[in-house]
Amino acid sequence: MSVPAFAALLERLVFTPGRNAKVALLRDWFATQPDPDRGIGLAALTEELVFTTAKPALVREMVAARTDPVLLALSYDYVGDFAETVALIWPQRERSNAPPPALSEVAESLELTPKAELPALIAGWLDTLDAGGRLALIKLVTGGLRVGASARLARTALAEWSGQPVEAIEEVWHGVAPPYLPLFAWLEGRGPKPDPRDAPVFRPLMLAHPLEDADVAALHPAEWRAEWKWDGIRVQLTAGPGGRRIWSRGGEDISGAFPEIVQAMDFHAVLDGELLVMRDGQVAPFADLQQRLNRKQVGAKLLRDFPAGVRLYDILFEGQEDLRPLPLDERRRRLEAWVARLRPARMDLSPQIAFASFAQLGEIRAGARAASIEGLMLKRGDSPYLAGRVKGLWWKWKRDPLSIDAVLMYAQRGHGKRSSFYSDYTFGLWRPDGQGGEELVPVGKAYSGYTDEELAWLDRWIRNHTLGRFGPVREVEKTLVLEVIFDAAQRSSRHKSGVALRFPRIARIRTDKPATEADRLETLMALVERRTTDAAAG
Amino acid sequence: MPPHPETWLRVTPEGLFCIPGGFHIDPIRPVARAVITHGHADHARPGHGAVLATPETLAIMRARLGADRAGGSQQPLGYGETLSMGDVRLRLRPAGHVLGSAQICLEWQAARVVVSGDYKRQRDPTCAAFEPESCDVFVTEATFGLPVFRHPPPEGEVAKLLHSLALFPERTHVVGCYALGKCQRLIRLLREAGWDGPIHLHGALAPLCRLYEDLGVPLGPLRPATVAARADLRGAIVLAPPSAVQDRWARRLADPVVAVASGWMRVRQRAKSRGVELPLVISDHADWDALLATIEEVGAPEVWVTHGRDDALVHALGLRGIRGRALHLVGLGEEDEGPEPEAAGDPAA
Repeated sequence: MSVPAFAALLERLVFTPGRNAKVALLRDWFATQPDPDRGIGLAALTEELVFTTAKPALVREMVAARTDPVLLALSYDYVGDFAETVALIWPQRERSNAPPPALSEVAESLELTPKAELPALIAGWLDTLDAGGRLALIKLVTGGLRVGASARLARTALAEWSGQPVEAIEEVWHGVAPPYLPLFAWLEGRGPKPDPRDAPVFRPLMLAHPLEDADVAALHPAEWRAEWKWDGIRVQLTAGPGGRRIWSRGGEDISGAFPEIVQAMDFHAVLDGELLVMRDGQVAPFADLQQRLNRKQVGAKLLRDFPAGVRLYDILFEGQEDLRPLPLDERRRRLEAWVARLRPARMDLSPQIAFASFAQLGEIRAGARAASIEGLMLKRGDSPYLAGRVKGLWWKWKRDPLSIDAVLMYAQRGHGKRSSFYSDYTFGLWRPDGQGGEELVPVGKAYSGYTDEELAWLDRWIRNHTLGRFGPVREVEKTLVLEVIFDAAQRSSRHKSGVALRFPRIARIRTDKPATEADRLETLMALVERRTTDAAAG
Repeated sequence: MPPHPETWLRVTPEGLFCIPGGFHIDPIRPVARAVITHGHADHARPGHGAVLATPETLAIMRARLGADRAGGSQQPLGYGETLSMGDVRLRLRPAGHVLGSAQICLEWQAARVVVSGDYKRQRDPTCAAFEPESCDVFVTEATFGLPVFRHPPPEGEVAKLLHSLALFPERTHVVGCYALGKCQRLIRLLREAGWDGPIHLHGALAPLCRLYEDLGVPLGPLRPATVAARADLRGAIVLAPPSAVQDRWARRLADPVVAVASGWMRVRQRAKSRGVELPLVISDHADWDALLATIEEVGAPEVWVTHGRDDALVHALGLRGIRGRALHLVGLGEEDEGPEPEAAGDPAA
């Protein structure tokens, strides 16, 4: 029953917006499916296993041979997705009594069957399945599953299902291969923890808690080390005889997107650092880094225009030696010596900032206006490198956010729990309309920051002040002022206003302020200029 | 050679008109004499003079439209009974669509026409099953007249709902369904699948459920969803009109799983764009295979298509040597499973 069971899981995952619900569905899958099918299904979901045996054109030919061309065209026109059209329209030749295939049978047969026999093999499977099963099979054999279940989500589900901490699963995850029999054996208490040995595996990161200004007084300056908090993405570099990998914060392998970094990883170590786009040692805005993210491959132009580098701040392994139990100060000494000795290309050290008191450090923090800096990191000098968010050892001390008073322009319904609320807000600022008057130009979209009460209030206000409806979007009267806070403003040619905000969220509803007194675009542009021209990155 | 039915059964702005009988079938505007196939609002409209239909359809019309708007006079006709209207012999046969739904069989001068109204061939524990009748012209609907629409067995869809309840026992499962027919069928399917507990109803669904029970379709324990405390709705099944499941009304529910029971749920994008988390493909209309099988069964050499995807169906009939003709009747397909979700969802329509 395994392809139908997999199809049922797939269908629920596709339609389920909630993360917790997705985890529950995956747990049910692990608990109820036999080996090796549960592992093959897991690998297919997380795209560890991608079949490219059958090309979409093959499926197209198969269905064209069995259906009337006019009806197929009308159907495709209605459905919009070809694989789904095929799954729905597929005429079963006769009610086949053969049972539907197991996932393991599908995986094995795709490997072993000669190309010429593929159409008959796949058609035979399709005849045994219902529409949902056919869709799952077609997506599976053509390598286009795309259900939005990340490997990280899958590991969380494995952790909740088995009771093992997610960090322990992350340590072994990249050392095991589909169908993960040793992994499941360990998680079910039937076998030892898999040993990744030399394979390049992800080590769970040490994470920081946010520090409030009020907490600072309790800290003793001598015990703490300060570094800039860079506005890039956190990465772990793993390199050695077993291979080279760049892991994202969540343990996703993003090596393919940054070939120049992989090329530079000519060493045997595990490093912690910030991935940034850097030009002549200067950190570029986050929007530049975004050009490089989420790509499986990159072309020469992107490599030239958006060159990536890594700013290093910790070392976890040097050669075979696990440095994680050592105190931070010792690891820092080892890291500095290692960088001085190897001088790896495209990498530099994230500097430590000297300070005598937190008052002084606070001034340094307030004075750093470069957009590439989010604030400060505070790390205890004696802290070992521990997985997860351990309280009291590492703090992130973010710079105060910037703020504007903007006018609500459009509102959109949210998803999942918020699907009955207008919870996503597009807001704008005033600028001259070129005819002697003023017009609003949208500058961003925010969908967080408010309380439940404020959300209910905004929802009611939007429904009562709607000018027009466009599907899930409502245009509202331009009379409500929202105080929007954000971490940085950056120039952007992709936005009508010419500016993009980093992490905008609603701070307050300003019913006390008339819309005409909301901020002007030039106020926001001034914030952009100040942060990018000031090179106080230190 | 009998006169071709085209000469005596005409499409008028009000709808199909039987000239020798002097009556309209499912007219969209008030007429002197109307024969009504079933109680959905797009077929049973208010303000006609004399109305003829099955006793169940007449009861549904009185409940939905009010006794004063459900026809100046009402004439009930049971399934299988014959009546003469002028020279025309008229009989009603079950259509299997909703309680009281009927095909209208007309005979005049040795030619027989069957107007199916809306119909389905799947089993439905709340109404009599469709009975095929051989004829010269079969007038069919084609709501799901594309080969991609093949409805799975409804029992399997209900099993999906119950499996989801087992998986998420703390979440309310709210199912969007049409007030007439789908709602009661769903309840009966749940009862057959062993769900004995109370089923909670949106206020708009309650009156027709009561009527079904009065007409002999037991539905088991039903409770109003509107007065229930949020905690009592954990793990409960709540039925509501499709338009309510995603809007403010649904906020009273405990972390709801939003399901919708409709033939349109077959297509992912339809379900996705409506934010449905659990699509249930349960339809009261014939799917593609059932349309073609029914047409073959009744053996009519000519088929008229009232509404729906007539382009695909007429094409498919041509391939089988059957003359197909699209009537393009306006105003049909607006209530249950109509093409536009917004319009279809209005329980008051």
